[in-house]
Amino acid sequence: MAEHRSRLQIYGIVFVALIGLTAVTLLLGGVELGAWHTIVGLAIASTKATLIVLFFMHLLHSPRVTWLVAGTTLLFLAILLLMTLTDYLSRGEG
Amino acid sequence: MSANPTHLAHHFADVRQQHDTATLGMWVFLVTEAMVFGGLFLAYTVYRVLYAAEFAAASAHLNVVFGGVNTIVLLSSSLTMALAVYWAQTGQQGRVPAALILTALLGTAFLVIKGFEYHGDYEDNLMPGLAFDEHAWGPHPERVKLFLVIYYIMTGVHAVHLIIGIGLISILALMARRGRFTRGYYYPVEVGGLYWHFVDVIWVFLLPLLYLAGVRN
Amino acid sequence: MSTVAVATPQGESPPVTRPVNYLNVHFGVRSWLLTTDHKRIAILYLISITLMFFLGGAAITVVRLQLLTPDNNLVDADTYNKLFTMHGIIMVFFFMVPSIPAVLGNFLLPMMLGAKDLAFPKLNLLSWYIYILGGTFTLWAVLSGGVDSGWTFYTPYSSKASHTNIIPAAVGVFIVGFSSILTGLNFIVTTHMMRAPGQTWFRLPLMVWSLYATSIIFLLGTPVLAITLTLVAIERIFQVGVFDPALGGDPVLFQHMFWFYSHPAVYIMVLPAMGVVSEVVPCFSRKNIYGYKFIAFSSLGIAVLGFLVWSHHMFVAGISVYEAFLFSFLSFMVAVPSAIKVFNWTATLYKGSVAFATPMLFAFGFIGLFTIGGLTGMFLASLGTDVHVHDTYFVIAHFHFIMVGGAVMAYMGGLHFWWPKMTGRMYPEFWSRLAAMIIFVGFILTFLPQFVVGNLGMPRRYYQYAPEFQVLNVMSSAGASILAVGYVLPLVYLLWSLGYGKKAGANPWLATGLEWQTASPPPPDNFAVTPVVTEAPYQYSKEVAVVS
Repeated sequence: MAEHRSRLQIYGIVFVALIGLTAVTLLLGGVELGAWHTIVGLAIASTKATLIVLFFMHLLHSPRVTWLVAGTTLLFLAILLLMTLTDYLSRGEG
Repeated sequence: MSANPTHLAHHFADVRQQHDTATLGMWVFLVTEAMVFGGLFLAYTVYRVLYAAEFAAASAHLNVVFGGVNTIVLLSSSLTMALAVYWAQTGQQGRVPAALILTALLGTAFLVIKGFEYHGDYEDNLMPGLAFDEHAWGPHPERVKLFLVIYYIMTGVHAVHLIIGIGLISILALMARRGRFTRGYYYPVEVGGLYWHFVDVIWVFLLPLLYLAGVRN
Repeated sequence: MSTVAVATPQGESPPVTRPVNYLNVHFGVRSWLLTTDHKRIAILYLISITLMFFLGGAAITVVRLQLLTPDNNLVDADTYNKLFTMHGIIMVFFFMVPSIPAVLGNFLLPMMLGAKDLAFPKLNLLSWYIYILGGTFTLWAVLSGGVDSGWTFYTPYSSKASHTNIIPAAVGVFIVGFSSILTGLNFIVTTHMMRAPGQTWFRLPLMVWSLYATSIIFLLGTPVLAITLTLVAIERIFQVGVFDPALGGDPVLFQHMFWFYSHPAVYIMVLPAMGVVSEVVPCFSRKNIYGYKFIAFSSLGIAVLGFLVWSHHMFVAGISVYEAFLFSFLSFMVAVPSAIKVFNWTATLYKGSVAFATPMLFAFGFIGLFTIGGLTGMFLASLGTDVHVHDTYFVIAHFHFIMVGGAVMAYMGGLHFWWPKMTGRMYPEFWSRLAAMIIFVGFILTFLPQFVVGNLGMPRRYYQYAPEFQVLNVMSSAGASILAVGYVLPLVYLLWSLGYGKKAGANPWLATGLEWQTASPPPPDNFAVTPVVTEAPYQYSKEVAVVS
């Protein structure tokens, strides 16, 4: 277990990073990115989510089974979204 | 409960097992919550693919200031929640109630701001069925309505989870004030924290998907 | 072993004592309704799902009576639609999905792990109350007018056009989903966290692997159904267009979301059944299971692959043909782990000392009928033939072979196998074997003709049909009446055994497994002393005695 002060520091750093990334997301909203809008937005959101899960939810220091649970969730969300999209992205007339 | 200050249930071998079991239980429960929102994200994604232009246009009319402020509010509440768990774990029980109460208050602030935002959406004719201008959106107003319906459902389901979270955190705050938690027994706070952070993670994704689907000028 | 003293009338003889078990430790309705003992909760579920089974059976009895003649008017079309809908909803959500997990799983899982209870005993009780609440909503929907959308709730009929009690029924199903979720959560956490010393993953009984794989599906699939039904309700109430084509929505999206759960749901129904077979076959062959790791991993494989095939229910719904190719291929793949199990069970039987005890009869029934059902799935998985048989009785026969010929048979087999453990009584072997044979014969007569009549073109969910299909329908209805007798018989003799059955010892089958190392019925904390596991499961080769 990390020494008291450095854990609080980590929380502080993570929080600042989260606020910063939120600001970036909002600022990019005014920039014309075309199709990249979604990708950039999701990339930033994924980074923020990863920080919250690893540090605030302590996944980084959690046992293997917790990592298995988190990983399985991501896998099945991906299955749900991507495999349904194979239908919509490959329909003829759209 | 003085005979059992660690609140060890009879079917567990020791406090450590009970603690780890409780936290694993909440992680496993969060899987189910992720799949609930996953279904909503799927519906959003499918229609975003089909109706990209209308989604981008409608998204640009949502109030991103409220959305952005609310994001900061919720992220802050995650910080206070993480601190609450940290102080409970390190035996600084005196600080836990304040951290939990602040978390609940920030969550409530989110809901209040959301309420103002919904009111604003109503004033801006962004509420299909109640206040919507069929003729202001080009040839496919129904696609814009679909975006808005999904927006209300997603933020609504999120708000329901937030309300439940505020209730849970408030109960934990009460328990903390009554000195129920110790270094050995604080898993309810940790478990409540896991739920709270999850609700925050959902919002982190809702922000770009709902408010920033297209460029804002 | 602790005992209770029972007062005797005035006299010289010492007080009679009997061992304390989970049934006699406390008496009274409150001690049952507020129990947190997983064994009592299993019994509560047993009673509830049995009631639901006969209710669902009653609905389909009227259907089979209606189908005795081609232009019958025993019921009108609207009533007919309500009857098959209720049969489907009740049987799927309130019988099949909970049956083995909530009854046998709840009772056995902690014992098989060497634990005193599940990880979250209060959540376990809550899951039963949630089941009851969901059941109440759904039954209210039935009794106050019925639902006619089919158990599949396809939109936009369910979300717009139907004038029946869609929302109460959907709410009932939504609620009961949480019962499954809590059960699955409990099973997964318990298996990870509460195994006895020495109980490593590969020393676990295969029933545990099956329940674990089933629980994965509970957790990942059920929530998607919940949100899907919520969207249908929102659409109905607020007249919005998430699934309504007139308002820009896509009804096929509903089907994607619905079947994302409902296909894995059928693996929820069959995986625990396979677990039961994996316990029964080694015991009554007096032989170690063949290919333990293959069976264990194939259970996980079925759970995962089962999530990758849902669109095979939608081949003619208007999906992309490329997506259909993908899902057809994956549907062929999902047959592989199931087939692996069948091969392993068969290999277990080879050169074993086979006893035709009642649980084994049901296990044989499972293996044979599940195989047929599974093979007919191949015709549905392949795009060309599916176009021909989709929405016909061929599909109905396919899934009933698996769910009834397979899963219900295994449930009956498991109920009989563990009945002595749960109740401390033996059932009468003659009547149980007779019931098994009657069920088998009745089942074949009911459902085999349905493959034929479906292939000949009889559509499903029709209250009247073309006259040339009558003979096969009469056969099917006749079979159903025999099947009904077969299901009522166990109800009678199992209840009879509670009072008059021969008392069972701790291990009447000389089976391996921790649950057989403790008394029948078990004490409240399952074991007097926490067991320590030192050897692999199914060590039958060392057993000398033969079960008669």
